[in-house]
Amino acid sequence: MAGLELLSDQGYRVDGRRAGELRKIQARMGVFAQADGSAYIEQGNTKALAVVYGPHEIRGSRARALPDRALVNCQYSSATFSTGERKRRPHGDRKSCEMGLQLRQTFEAAILTQLHPRSQIDIYVQVLQADGGTYAACVNAATLAVMDAGIPMRDFVCACSAGFVDGTALADLSHVEEAAGGPQLALALLPASGQIALLEMDARLHEDHLEPVLEAAARAARDVHTLLDRVVRQHVREASVLLGD
Amino acid sequence: MAMEMRLPVARKPLSESLGRETKKHLVVPGDTITTDTGFMRGHGTYMGEEKLIASVAGSVERVNKLICVKALKTRYNGEVGDIVVGRITEVQQKRWKVETNSRLDSVLLLSSMNLPGGELRRRSAEDELAMRGFLQEGDLISAEVQAVFSDGAVSLHTRSLKYGKLGQGVLVQVSPSLVKRQKTHFHDLPCGASVILGNNGFIWIYPTPEHKEEEAGGFIANLEIKDILKPEIMEEIVMETRQRLLEQEG
Repeated sequence: MAGLELLSDQGYRVDGRRAGELRKIQARMGVFAQADGSAYIEQGNTKALAVVYGPHEIRGSRARALPDRALVNCQYSSATFSTGERKRRPHGDRKSCEMGLQLRQTFEAAILTQLHPRSQIDIYVQVLQADGGTYAACVNAATLAVMDAGIPMRDFVCACSAGFVDGTALADLSHVEEAAGGPQLALALLPASGQIALLEMDARLHEDHLEPVLEAAARAARDVHTLLDRVVRQHVREASVLLGD
Repeated sequence: MAMEMRLPVARKPLSESLGRETKKHLVVPGDTITTDTGFMRGHGTYMGEEKLIASVAGSVERVNKLICVKALKTRYNGEVGDIVVGRITEVQQKRWKVETNSRLDSVLLLSSMNLPGGELRRRSAEDELAMRGFLQEGDLISAEVQAVFSDGAVSLHTRSLKYGKLGQGVLVQVSPSLVKRQKTHFHDLPCGASVILGNNGFIWIYPTPEHKEEEAGGFIANLEIKDILKPEIMEEIVMETRQRLLEQEG
């Protein structure tokens, strides 16, 4: 497709959004009854499912237990049918490990691990449909799942991706925009304090452009926070009505 | 034969259909509960920038000067005197590790276990070697919480005839927050089954023993397979449950 315009002259993107506009987000908590916490999120066409077990006793090697805090173990998995071409991804491959490590770094910053020494928290994320912004969808789904499990957290962790095309910063990139080869930045934010849990980019970007891209990502993450906040409050209200007084 | 069919329809949120709104103060992590520094912080909160902030999603509970946030769903938190049903995961030197759906595995010390014949004596080295003969990995036991360690782990004891290894029956796992604390957790149902409501969310349903000596207790468990519930009674229960669900949705 020669000359695919990522940003038209009137300021519209390929899917009709504006530069700073997010895709439609729908989320649900408490999807699985047998897990401690679970959540499902759809960001446009990207669909992710997160399941949390814990805190529980460390299984396997007792030596990994940390005496003063909980161990956070994250695993990322991408379904074979998630991308355009069906591709079988073995479990320990490089991309899954890297994603798992990034998720672990993100959640170790947000979960109050000092409250549960010598225990383990498992977070499993699976991407069912990947249309760009998979890291962000995984983080958002995992945040909801951790809240569903009742594990104490400092704050929400809201993530969004951002890019830079034709002098404008774009928020929440879809697969078409990511594949175009421009710089992409993934940001995970704790909205209340504005602290950054994780910032990741592996492309070249002029330092003058870093500021607007970071600003666009932060604004988009705050918008995600508004939506996730609404979802959690609705869920808590429903559940407390069921539990009674 | 005419049949009634209902097509899928979006479910109304429960708060509307039940017609009641909760009067509790609901918070999500990151919410400021209060900026008043006179309050003591309890579970589910943390201090940040001179504000009391919630760390779990749930309802705020205030007792005098103590503020805590009770999460909707948590793992079991042991309190002294609770009855729990657990599964043995490990046999260690002088104790067993029991899995009770809590943050850390519970501990059952050899000295907290009743010996056969009810003798009271010091546990010797032979008792230690014979531990696996009493309880193995995978056995289910009912026990009472004796003490809670500082890190939250719970110490159990079975120093009564009503506690001990469980025999044939069915285990149902629910969230611990659904089991209320009551005077007695051992109930006999009129349909011929007995139930143990563990505070940790493990519910054990077993056939009511005809003779009192066969009570679920000690460490000699009756593993004979019995008719737990007659098929006619099971069918009645299923039909009644289905009817109640239809009434609630309709």
